[in-house]
Amino acid sequence: MCGIVGLYLKNRALEPQLGALFEPMLLEMTQRGPDSTGFAVYRDPAPAGQVKLVLQHPDPAFDWASVAAGLSEQFNVEVALSVHHTHCLLRLCVVESALRRYLHEHNPVYAVVSIGQHIEIYKEVGLPIDVALAFGLRSMQGSHAIGHTRMATESAVTTAGSHPFSTGSDLCLVHNGSLSNHNRLRRKLEKAGAVFRTENDSEVAAKYLDVQMQHGATLSEALTQALVDLDGFYTFTIGTSDGFAVLRDPIACKPAVMAETDDWVAMASEYRALARLPGVKHARLWEPEPATVYVWGRAADAATLN
Amino acid sequence: MSTDKIFDLAHSTVRELNQALHDLNGHQAGPRFEVRNAQGEHALAVGIAAPLIVDILGHVGYYCAGMNQHATVTIQGNAGTGLAENIMSGVVRVKGNASQAAAATGRGGLVVIEGDASARCGISMKGVDIVVQGSVGHMSGFMAQRGRLVVCGDAGAALGDSLYEAEIFVRGTVADLGADCIEKEMTAEHIVALDELLVRAGITARAADFKRFGSARKLYHFNIDHADVY
Repeated sequence: MCGIVGLYLKNRALEPQLGALFEPMLLEMTQRGPDSTGFAVYRDPAPAGQVKLVLQHPDPAFDWASVAAGLSEQFNVEVALSVHHTHCLLRLCVVESALRRYLHEHNPVYAVVSIGQHIEIYKEVGLPIDVALAFGLRSMQGSHAIGHTRMATESAVTTAGSHPFSTGSDLCLVHNGSLSNHNRLRRKLEKAGAVFRTENDSEVAAKYLDVQMQHGATLSEALTQALVDLDGFYTFTIGTSDGFAVLRDPIACKPAVMAETDDWVAMASEYRALARLPGVKHARLWEPEPATVYVWGRAADAATLN
Repeated sequence: MSTDKIFDLAHSTVRELNQALHDLNGHQAGPRFEVRNAQGEHALAVGIAAPLIVDILGHVGYYCAGMNQHATVTIQGNAGTGLAENIMSGVVRVKGNASQAAAATGRGGLVVIEGDASARCGISMKGVDIVVQGSVGHMSGFMAQRGRLVVCGDAGAALGDSLYEAEIFVRGTVADLGADCIEKEMTAEHIVALDELLVRAGITARAADFKRFGSARKLYHFNIDHADVY
């Protein structure tokens, strides 16, 4: 069992309240997942040419200034740094692929948590309330967020094994369920060059989507192909630069409920996570159908996702 | 005549509500219960064994009105997974939609869903009557043993898979039938019985518009010649 929540604000006037609206959703899923907690918040988009990079190290006193200085020297650019508990957010003007290559070859002691222009992923072992407080979720502004509370089943409770998993630029995945063919799929992806940090099945799903899209698939195409290639139980929510997507396996044992008003679209493992959203009493409420890809995004960008 | 008893879950716990209901188990009557601010909480009004009237305002979480005996429980909203699981008798009515496995393993009584029910509605039912005004999701009536599942809308894939002696009635379309489930003749006797059930459920529909499905009775016993269809 795990808990998933997602909130996408259609009404931009609500963006200052994103954290305040989203945090209670995440906390309501504590019983479904008390082991670790994570969330991706989409906010403060980087201007063209700039990249937002979130890194993690278990020591909250880790010397992030040296890391920023190293990147600054490597790419000969200014690096803006802000530290959030065990994570740090860096902003630098660099070609994203070059940065990725450098991080891959450099094999740093810290973990790369997210890369993109909008996305920031924060995740840690611990109860949702502790993790939310450690990162100051409640006061975060932004356009949308997805989150996860983990009850570990098949791999260790670690920060790296926490969700969301980055699946490429501005993309991330949260998963409720368990995949049964992840070992075979991991070996297949490793042969093609993928590097895994955990034994976690959800990391395999994230990497799978990443690879599909690197080969030119749109998110919808990658998810449709996932229905063929992934075996097991899953409700996935995928954060995108401008919204989120939802996919359930064809059996659909793992729960999901959606709600939509003129102001927002939300999804959760259970209705109670949505119960305090403004206007939920008059929201359109439904369960996503099995084996059906749902994608929400701002109209301008939705075409590129579908 | 007793006065109403109001439980506001913004101020009381689910455990207090259920304890107050259980305190009346075995009694012949009790106050009408009104439950406010349900907020998707799980296990509301579970294990009642008395002819109580319980009205729940708002959406409920998992396993609402499970194991119900004699009570009439009405949910003024949607219900989560496992509504009225193993219901024994009485009536459970949802004004909105019900999630997966509604009335699973129910042994008696009546469950009315005025909206849609999602996957596995009536899974392993053992005598309950289920009337769904809308549609049901995939694998509904899976291994259903006894009772009636009535669907006024459409039925999803694999309806009645591995069915025993439950009867399924569908007014709309059926995506496909599960293993060993077949369409059967709708006799005058079936029409009379279904009309009676629809009236009791308070659902306006004509029994003659429904198709009847039941077991082909080929999967009852393991037969090595049928190994490929198990």
